[in-house]
Amino acid sequence: MPSLTVNGEVREFSGDPNMPLLWYVRDMLNLTGTKFGCGAGVCGACTVHLDGIAVRSCQTTLADAAGKSVTTIEGLSADGEHPVQKAWRKVSVPQCGFCQAGQIMQAASLLAKNRAPSDAEIVEAMSGNICRCGCYQRIHEAVRLAGGGV
Amino acid sequence: MLQYLETEAEAAPTPTANADITNVSRRGVLGGLLGATGLVLAVRLTPANAREALKPYPTGGLKMPNGVISDPHVFIAISPGGDVTIVTHRSEMGTGIRTSLPMVVADEMCADWSRVHLVQAPGDEPKYGNQDTDGSRSMRHFIQPMRQCGAAMRQMLETAAAAKWGVDVSLCRARDHTVMLLDKDKKETGKRLAFGELAEAAMALPVPAVETLLYKSPDEFTLMGKGEVRIVDLHDITVGKAGYGADVRLPGMKYAVVARPSVLGSKVKSYDAAATLKIPGVHSVHEIEGVFTVPRKFGQLGGIAIVADTTYAAIQGRDALTIDWDASPNASYDTDAFTAEMSATAAKPGKILRNQGDPDAAFTKAKDVVTAEYHGQHMVQAPMEPLVAVAHVVDGKAEIWASVQSPYGARKDIAEALKIPVENVTVHVTLLGGGFGRKSKWDFMLEAALLSQKLGGTPVLLQWTREDDIQHSFYHTTSVERIEVAVDDQNKVTGWRHRTVSPSIVSTFKKDDGYQFPIEYGMGFVDVPFDIANIRCENGQAMAHTRIGWFRSVSNIQRAFAVQSAVCEVAHKLGRDPKDFLIELIGSDRNIDPKTSGFPDDFWNYGEPYEEFPINTARLKNVIRVAAENAGWGKTLPARQGMGIAAHRAFASYVASVVHVAIDDDGTIRVPHVTSAIDCGFHVNPERIRSQMEGAAVMGMSNALYSGITFKKGAVEQSNYFDYNVTRMSNFPQKVDVHIIETPETTHAGGVGEPGVPPFAPALANAIFAATGKRLRNLPMGDKLA
Repeated sequence: MPSLTVNGEVREFSGDPNMPLLWYVRDMLNLTGTKFGCGAGVCGACTVHLDGIAVRSCQTTLADAAGKSVTTIEGLSADGEHPVQKAWRKVSVPQCGFCQAGQIMQAASLLAKNRAPSDAEIVEAMSGNICRCGCYQRIHEAVRLAGGGV
Repeated sequence: MLQYLETEAEAAPTPTANADITNVSRRGVLGGLLGATGLVLAVRLTPANAREALKPYPTGGLKMPNGVISDPHVFIAISPGGDVTIVTHRSEMGTGIRTSLPMVVADEMCADWSRVHLVQAPGDEPKYGNQDTDGSRSMRHFIQPMRQCGAAMRQMLETAAAAKWGVDVSLCRARDHTVMLLDKDKKETGKRLAFGELAEAAMALPVPAVETLLYKSPDEFTLMGKGEVRIVDLHDITVGKAGYGADVRLPGMKYAVVARPSVLGSKVKSYDAAATLKIPGVHSVHEIEGVFTVPRKFGQLGGIAIVADTTYAAIQGRDALTIDWDASPNASYDTDAFTAEMSATAAKPGKILRNQGDPDAAFTKAKDVVTAEYHGQHMVQAPMEPLVAVAHVVDGKAEIWASVQSPYGARKDIAEALKIPVENVTVHVTLLGGGFGRKSKWDFMLEAALLSQKLGGTPVLLQWTREDDIQHSFYHTTSVERIEVAVDDQNKVTGWRHRTVSPSIVSTFKKDDGYQFPIEYGMGFVDVPFDIANIRCENGQAMAHTRIGWFRSVSNIQRAFAVQSAVCEVAHKLGRDPKDFLIELIGSDRNIDPKTSGFPDDFWNYGEPYEEFPINTARLKNVIRVAAENAGWGKTLPARQGMGIAAHRAFASYVASVVHVAIDDDGTIRVPHVTSAIDCGFHVNPERIRSQMEGAAVMGMSNALYSGITFKKGAVEQSNYFDYNVTRMSNFPQKVDVHIIETPETTHAGGVGEPGVPPFAPALANAIFAATGKRLRNLPMGDKLA
């Protein structure tokens, strides 16, 4: 039986190993912070971390995640005080807010490997995450701010 | 203005008075008092902390279904401990309205925002007033009732305090969540009663009549106009705890998706679910009858629902399903052929909607005629959250949770579809992951309710996939706008002829006759604000072959694109600066008089009484000047860069945008800078107005460059964000500067959610022309120049 760690908790899974992680965390673990936006890996709303790296959970199967550690937005920080979360609030990034968990997880993954990304590096890392409300200017600003440690 | 003069006379004398020089360009001077000179300066002597009697004014809110409500007993509760709960009754889809309206109540009643809690109202318009959150109407219609609500509550608290102290109410003044006792000189005595101590007595008092209410003066505002309040859901959003439609969980709940016909009007002939039912986790398969009588309104399309333990199993089940669909008369719908047809129609005279002067004579006498035709494809709203609803229908009662823009309209239709009384239906409103008009149509909720009923009471979460969203929307219409402009031998514009050909939204609600209705031709078509002697606006016939609906800013998208591009084209022809020429074409400062300007009798002014929200040319020209000045209009730019400008009045607000474009060596169109100015009257929440305007530039860029829906054999050709493209961070308007016009208003508020969108595309097209000499007339324009 494959097992994986989700937000620090070990989970055993006996169902279809091809099930995307997205539906496992949402429908089976009721961790609803991770959002369904496209189901095709093209919008980024479902972004989670797999061993610390941002992945699209709609394109990552449970088999892919077996033996690995998954972090969702609920597990990014214990108290909601991750530098990215703080920066997001400081800049008042969200409008509808639906894509923001994915954006935050993407940004946190970028900053974990690159503390001070250039503008171009931010654009490159964040271009897979769509925000239909159009918060890009503030997302960009918040990532820069979080890079500075907030 | 009159309201301020009246206030001065009534205001209690105080030791100090603030002289306040107010730039009064508008209300009070409207309706011909001012004539053509525009701006006047009025000196207003405002006693510090004076409260004002504001004359109630009519808005379109009174004519909306179930109107407006301002009763504090409906919207406010105060606990003995002093916590204030305010009901927020409009849907939150990103505009911030869920925060902004309660903010108005809290400010007016002198509540401490940190002690305010919000409760989202379920769909119940007889109780709360209209809840249909679209048309950029929430603040426009509810600023006044919410100020009334807060002022009444404040006066009730003051009256309760007066009774407790045994003094006249004029000695009691609410501030900072307390009522203060004043001495006979109206100075503070230091004695205070907290709201919590007064709550019970205050709530037992009769609600003061509207005519007796006194409102805070602007210098007393603590929240309104300050821009310091963050949206109430900000923290929850950043930690993944904000609740959207798909985040509802009920005991025993199943998950479902529906297979729908690819062509509108196809019915299920037969289906084979054998393979579907073998998929682990699939529970059952049910046919949902569609609504096939025309007009369909928001009726469900019909199809086969797959019910499962997870959304994943339901989607797999749908993939395994075989369905034989009936033919539909809409199967011939083809974008290329239809566009050619619309274009041919636009070349011929159509139904005349506005006629001013003698346009035929003007064109006959013209030295030059500039003719241009602009095309727009269908678009889909594609909010990040696909449609979703949770329904629990059992024992003749229905409870629905949905991210819906119009919960009461949905509730009534659900009751009808389930054949149960409307009292037995509850519609809870979750946060909406974007809406843009799509979620004011509740077909997805009807599907969920009907399915739960079929399941005999099992709660079900019915999820639309992105493909469903792209292929089964109520689409923004496709359009051809043809504009001819006559110029005489003095290079003066003497004639304007505009033809619009476009399937109408009205086809969703009534038998389609191929013509547009007032709401559509009131959006930037018959209301062009130009000082041209001879104007004719005509509408050619175009039948709908798919569901047409509204999309953020609706017909203004194609109208502003055509009109503002055409003005720039004429300016170029005449060798004029496009900004100066636009201002000149708008002409003198005035309120346009629809009666003497040939407007149709059924002219629709965004539902507003014209006297309260007229088309004011001074405000329109002002936003143009402000945007241009702040953008550095006229400065020299490097090669392959340019600036374009466009201005548009929509939803009773005025917006101008200057787009600065830079064309890469490979032809990629980039926008390093956008400068926008908005005059929306009283701006309650400037921080959210700014965010709406920033977002409008991004959506404007999607509309301008990327997003198009096309049909082949009646079916939509796009299916997800990889072929229905929207703006991404890889190419977005890098810096959007927003200038909000200051105004003496404290009541009349124009729309904010939508008006930012229309000027972007024409400003960009005009910028591309300035940079390269290429004129792009078809939306979407594509993100690369050939």
